[in-house]
Amino acid sequence: MTLLIQYTLIFSAVLILVALGGMFSERSGIINLGLEGIMVFGAMAGCMVMVLLPSDASKFTIIVLTLLASAAAGMVASLLIAVACINFKADQTLIGTALNMLATAAATVIVKAFNTVRSGGSDFSAKLDYVKGHDAFMFKIGNLQLSWFIVIAVILLICATVFFYKTKLALRLRACGEHPQAADSVGINVYQMRYVGVLISGFLGGLGGIIYVAAANTTWHFDYGVAGAGFLALAVMIFGQWKPERIAWAAVLFAVFRSLSNVYMGIGFLSALPISGTVYNMFPYIVSLIVLALTSQNSRAPKAEGIPYDKGAR
Amino acid sequence: MNEKTSFSKRPGVQTLLVSVLCAAFGVFLGFIILLLMNPAHAVEGMGAILRNFFKYDNNITTLMYYFGSAIVKSVPIILCSEAILFAFKAGLFNIGVAGQYTVGIIASLYTSVALGWHWFFCVLAAIAAGAIWGFFSGFLKANFNVNEVIAGIMLNWISLYLCNIILGQETVMNVSKSETYDIAEKNASGLLPGFLQGVFGNNQYMTIAIPITIIVAVVILFVLNKTTFGYELKATGHNKEAARYAGMNPKRNVIFTLMISGAIAGLAASMIYLTGIEHYKISSSVPGMGFNGIAVAFLGGLNPIGAILAGFFVEYLTLGGQYLNTNYYNPQVADLMVAIIIYLCGFVLFFKHLFSQIGKNKAVKKEVQE
Repeated sequence: MTLLIQYTLIFSAVLILVALGGMFSERSGIINLGLEGIMVFGAMAGCMVMVLLPSDASKFTIIVLTLLASAAAGMVASLLIAVACINFKADQTLIGTALNMLATAAATVIVKAFNTVRSGGSDFSAKLDYVKGHDAFMFKIGNLQLSWFIVIAVILLICATVFFYKTKLALRLRACGEHPQAADSVGINVYQMRYVGVLISGFLGGLGGIIYVAAANTTWHFDYGVAGAGFLALAVMIFGQWKPERIAWAAVLFAVFRSLSNVYMGIGFLSALPISGTVYNMFPYIVSLIVLALTSQNSRAPKAEGIPYDKGAR
Repeated sequence: MNEKTSFSKRPGVQTLLVSVLCAAFGVFLGFIILLLMNPAHAVEGMGAILRNFFKYDNNITTLMYYFGSAIVKSVPIILCSEAILFAFKAGLFNIGVAGQYTVGIIASLYTSVALGWHWFFCVLAAIAAGAIWGFFSGFLKANFNVNEVIAGIMLNWISLYLCNIILGQETVMNVSKSETYDIAEKNASGLLPGFLQGVFGNNQYMTIAIPITIIVAVVILFVLNKTTFGYELKATGHNKEAARYAGMNPKRNVIFTLMISGAIAGLAASMIYLTGIEHYKISSSVPGMGFNGIAVAFLGGLNPIGAILAGFFVEYLTLGGQYLNTNYYNPQVADLMVAIIIYLCGFVLFFKHLFSQIGKNKAVKKEVQE
């Protein structure tokens, strides 16, 4: 049972951060289907930092540098979306999909090259080991193994909620997602606001990526990307109706189902059921489909999302 | 005023120009990546990708054999892109093609290997499976307003796990080799009939899948442009409310579109797996075919015939990755190049705008001079 709680907390942290990222981007008017790709880039950068840091680095240095690298990589990746969708008015769905493909392919190529160089030509795998880095993030309360990642996610959730409801900047950003022409007419720079939205999604998505990869594992194969976690986060965001506090609850719900597939072996009555383990893998996706079917009818999606802003349009 | 548009301003020509530009730029960026990874062998590496199977040019039979294999392998990617562009013309981004393709794999391999059906019925089963999977996302979209992209992605993962369960059974999976049994071994009637095998160096994988692909492309072109049904689909895609006002049934059209799109994706799976060239292995990620199909659809300018050319080109690049010297590079560089090309396809609108802008400026200058 403690294992279930542990995994649920980790997946909640991931889903909350990434879904919040998606929320900021969509609220500014840009559909961010590339969250998955952003996560991959963030995860890759964070893992590389953990691998490269000298073995005598203090826990604090490891934590700070890893998080910074992931967030920065996520923001750089999100720039690919921002430039194409904001400046060049590209199809947002296409660019998001392209970023996802690009990220997995690029991560595989980069990690393989990285391994080849570091091992002097004996290791061609797309796998990174970071036991030491993983351990740096761990601390214990009683029986429960916790990770600093979770603490960081909670802090960021609070910050994001306050930012979202209480600041002028966020209000302007939201206006750009609902009616950019009206926002422009009162002197808000729509392009700038959308850049802010997408960059925030890159920041949070990158952090989500490193948490997904490093909080429960000590190695990661980068040829698999992040196995749909980015898309699950999008479902969380829709279920959360583009509002931070609702997203938090939705994320916990999804996380429970997601972690069941990891830990059902350890739970007596679940492993006794005559169900193949693969079925548990399907669970979160089936649940999210059902949930989406029930909640999408009265969707509160930002009105202008997905439409490139054209200053001259009437 | 001159009514005739000049050659370079015709939409078809512009689309072609833009696609070629995207492809060339993608290859160029690929070359830069090779340079960054290992500058000493970059020219040689790029040469290997582009030269591809032409390295067998001293032996025409071998060359034709590999040429045939490249065609066979480009069939599913072309059909997947047809599925995507068909839905796209109706205003739907069917990212679920990957999942519809996966259930197509389940249906075609299970019916042929485990049940021993004749190939014709295996193909039908794959088409039906794809259509059912497409129906799910269409039904959710039409009745519950679920975004087809999200629904498609969820269904992709569900189909992957289903596939691992069903094809992981011992009747289909050769456990010792951890891949599905050879169809030829288990049920020879499950293989597609051959097509022009003699011309292509006795390549046993050359089957009627190739003419079928071309027929499908032509039929899609015809349906979209020359029939009432195609017109209705496109109208629904442009404006749902207007279509409803004009007496069309947008709900039904959405469901039909995704079902047909899914059926084509299912067909795509059967057209490759029933040749026996490929076996299914338990996988932890959704087959990339559907996603590459998106690339091909856009690279082909969303034209069914363009998709054939683009599909062959993308498959050519991907195969080219295997000719890279693995001491210096890894074959995924080719995948990266394909991904870059798709990303560049997003700029198509901008490129077109640029082209027409150049044309306009010239025209304005002319007028001023006159």
